[in-house]
Amino acid sequence: MKTTRAAAPSPPAPYGPTGPYGSRLLDGWFSTGAPADLDQHLRRYGPPPLPRGRQGGLLIRAVEEAGLTGRGGAAFPTGQKLRGVAGGRGRAVLVANGMESEPASRKDRLLLDLAPHLVLDGMTLAAAAVGADEIHLCLPRGRDTQARALAAALADRRRAGLDPVPPRIHTLPHHYVSSEETSLVNWLNGGDARPRATPPRPFEKGVGGRPTLVDNVETLAHLALIARYGPAWFRGTGTPDAPGTTLVTVTGAVDSPGVYEIPLGTPVGRVLDTAGGTTAPLGAVLVGGFFGSWLSARDAAAVPFSKPGLAATGAGPGAGVLIAQADSACGLAGTADVLRYLAAQSARQCGPCRFGLPAVAEDFAILARGTADRALMDRLHRRVGLLPGRGACRHPDGAARLAATALKVFADDARRHLYGGPCGAADQPASITVPDARVPGPEGWR
Amino acid sequence: MSGHQLGIDRVACQGRGLCAELLPERIGLDEWGYPVVPDRTVPAPLLAHARRAIAGCPALALRLERVRTGP
Repeated sequence: MKTTRAAAPSPPAPYGPTGPYGSRLLDGWFSTGAPADLDQHLRRYGPPPLPRGRQGGLLIRAVEEAGLTGRGGAAFPTGQKLRGVAGGRGRAVLVANGMESEPASRKDRLLLDLAPHLVLDGMTLAAAAVGADEIHLCLPRGRDTQARALAAALADRRRAGLDPVPPRIHTLPHHYVSSEETSLVNWLNGGDARPRATPPRPFEKGVGGRPTLVDNVETLAHLALIARYGPAWFRGTGTPDAPGTTLVTVTGAVDSPGVYEIPLGTPVGRVLDTAGGTTAPLGAVLVGGFFGSWLSARDAAAVPFSKPGLAATGAGPGAGVLIAQADSACGLAGTADVLRYLAAQSARQCGPCRFGLPAVAEDFAILARGTADRALMDRLHRRVGLLPGRGACRHPDGAARLAATALKVFADDARRHLYGGPCGAADQPASITVPDARVPGPEGWR
Repeated sequence: MSGHQLGIDRVACQGRGLCAELLPERIGLDEWGYPVVPDRTVPAPLLAHARRAIAGCPALALRLERVRTGP
């Protein structure tokens, strides 16, 4: 299992740790095999180098030069977001997003378990950079052990005097759309954890109407390392247009499913090798998660895993998810399962999610069962085409991407289902684990 | 130069469809009666119709936004 390129130069900055397998965020874990407590964390990294006085701008510039992008799904340039919030009207608020509602992703949960103090450092540093005097850490409700561990970690830090602004931990309803940034802001403002129409975006007007920085917890952990080791070190791995490492969750037909830290730009095929290699001849790979894109295994193998690398194929890294699907499995059935989940998990606020998405999910189920006809296919293509760009959030857009790429990559399968009934893969184990498609009740959003 | 474009509050929209009756030049409906707007721009000749559609929306979900166009 080797993910660094053999010819990769050693990092230019002398002291930045890049551990075995090119790991950075998980370096401590590889060294000790245990979650890092505060003592270990301080021995390894020292206290977070808080910018003094008006030096917050220097940290923002370092993040810009490092080329850090958000690891929560959108891959937006983090430095630009920091600058927008710092320049906003009024005192800023920082929200760390640890919700990870993507069912195929485990990386945020793992990072918060193994290297909690890197994330907490990143929160304190980012808050200092934008001048925030309020910090919120949002976690999914139901993971009580994790919330308790993080509360204990915060108590340790309070005793050590590490956080000038003590962060507050919140546990929010855990639905698919609850991790959207406007959902977090709306919930913190006393409303439902459901997306709101934008503009205004949270960076202009968020918690308490103040400029609000919402960043994924992995993004903040990278920021904590950039603050210590600088942009040149950060750029020492990955590619020039997508520097640094990223956490990926690899599942499906691979030998060792799990979370791995890889240099951005690693070819998808090599990421699958990192996860122990494939267990069966591959048919396709779902890249990016439930909102992601299907790529044929042939197309996926050499594509660099990064936003710019995947853009050429129309895909994106999402929250760092790869699901390998065996050639023998039915991609249409898997997609139908995911669409049913996405339809049930929508906020039911806008037309496309109230009607369009459930209709698309139902059409897909009929197609997967092999009882579709020509008219259904035409209808399905039309309905999928009408989902994007017509909701308050990007939920319908993500579902449409999944459906549209499935219709393309599994076009031959769709024809066979259409004229020959269901395929023989119906009794194959599903490659995608889909949680119960529970519909949140009216009280379930608060 | 500045121009106008349509904005829709998708949460507020109830799919009543009056907008499509009043501004068919820009607004169509999907099979459930929710607006489909391939082109949001509102050129000057359509402004009066657009304002009528906005005033007619029972959910107050339609609005006119000012946008800068050109250099």
